Amino acid sequence: MTATRKGLAAIVIGGLIVTLGLAFLVSPLASSSPDGLEKVATDEGFIDTAEDHELADSPLAEYGVDGVEDESLSTGLAGIVGVAITFGIALLLFGIFHARRPKADGASQTRASATAGSARSS
Amino acid sequence: MHVPDGFLSAGVSVATGVASAGGIGYSLMRAKESLSDRLAPMAGLVAAFVFAVQMLNFPVAAGTSGHLLGGALACIMVGPWAGTIAVAIVLVVQALLFADGGLTALGTNILLISIIPGWSGLAIFFGIRKFLPASRGSVVAASFVAALLSVVIAAFAFVLLYAIGGSGNAPVSTVLAAMLSVHFLVGIGEGLITAMTVGAVVAVRPDLVYGAHDLMPELQLGSDVAVGRS
Repeated sequence: MTATRKGLAAIVIGGLIVTLGLAFLVSPLASSSPDGLEKVATDEGFIDTAEDHELADSPLAEYGVDGVEDESLSTGLAGIVGVAITFGIALLLFGIFHARRPKADGASQTRASATAGSARSS
Repeated sequence: MHVPDGFLSAGVSVATGVASAGGIGYSLMRAKESLSDRLAPMAGLVAAFVFAVQMLNFPVAAGTSGHLLGGALACIMVGPWAGTIAVAIVLVVQALLFADGGLTALGTNILLISIIPGWSGLAIFFGIRKFLPASRGSVVAASFVAALLSVVIAAFAFVLLYAIGGSGNAPVSTVLAAMLSVHFLVGIGEGLITAMTVGAVVAVRPDLVYGAHDLMPELQLGSDVAVGRS
């Protein structure tokens, strides 16, 4: 069991390093062309029905950090902040769930694996 | 794919808001039941990964880009309940902090980027796996097709909402044709990213992937898995 947990920790930490690398190093290289929906909205003449975002002045709006001049750095830093906040919120939420769950007894484990089994075979 | 405020009528936004709240509420309930001690960190990682990869717009045609939706990826990785919650967290963070995706359109975006591609993608994934041998290669192939189709389905769902309460004047049929063709291309990218990601984890720990937990790592004498299961 201990060994299994170590494996999980290694995967989560490794995954986070890859994720931070993508957010900081690769995101500045992303295409800045309009995405599929924006392009269709432009071509089909309804892009102007979009309203300005209420929070367009937020310090991280449009994936940049206010006050950071260098565009790549600004995008990369915004990516890091976003990854950290998203991971934090998710871990907190799922962690609370897990802590609140009744202690795993035989019955709930059987139910959980039965659910998993039916999902797999469905 | 993030819908800004104004594209859809207030009525549609209220309806998608109610539908999303219902879908996320149900997912929260079910996730509480099924959350294991290894799912919480995996779900956190999936949420963070989807946030990062959604920033990586790739070119799909002249002057057009696409990015991962992540609904199918998240649900294949951590199951339909934790998966939709993880992507919903990403969308809330994007709308509130990064001014990406309208605030009144948040329900629409959770529906189009998390719930619809997530649940349809997972259903397609298991549907395909039924016809393939139980192997890692099958999981990767099913991930590719499921993720690709999940984007096309999400694009179709947007057009459905546009038909009901779109603010634009363009005919539904031309919007449909344009949305499906461009999102088929986006879907190829979605499929490749999803297959690569699922494949990378399945290669080391298939038991950590919801859609592959029937595949056990190859048993080696003295490996941690063999010890853990004995």
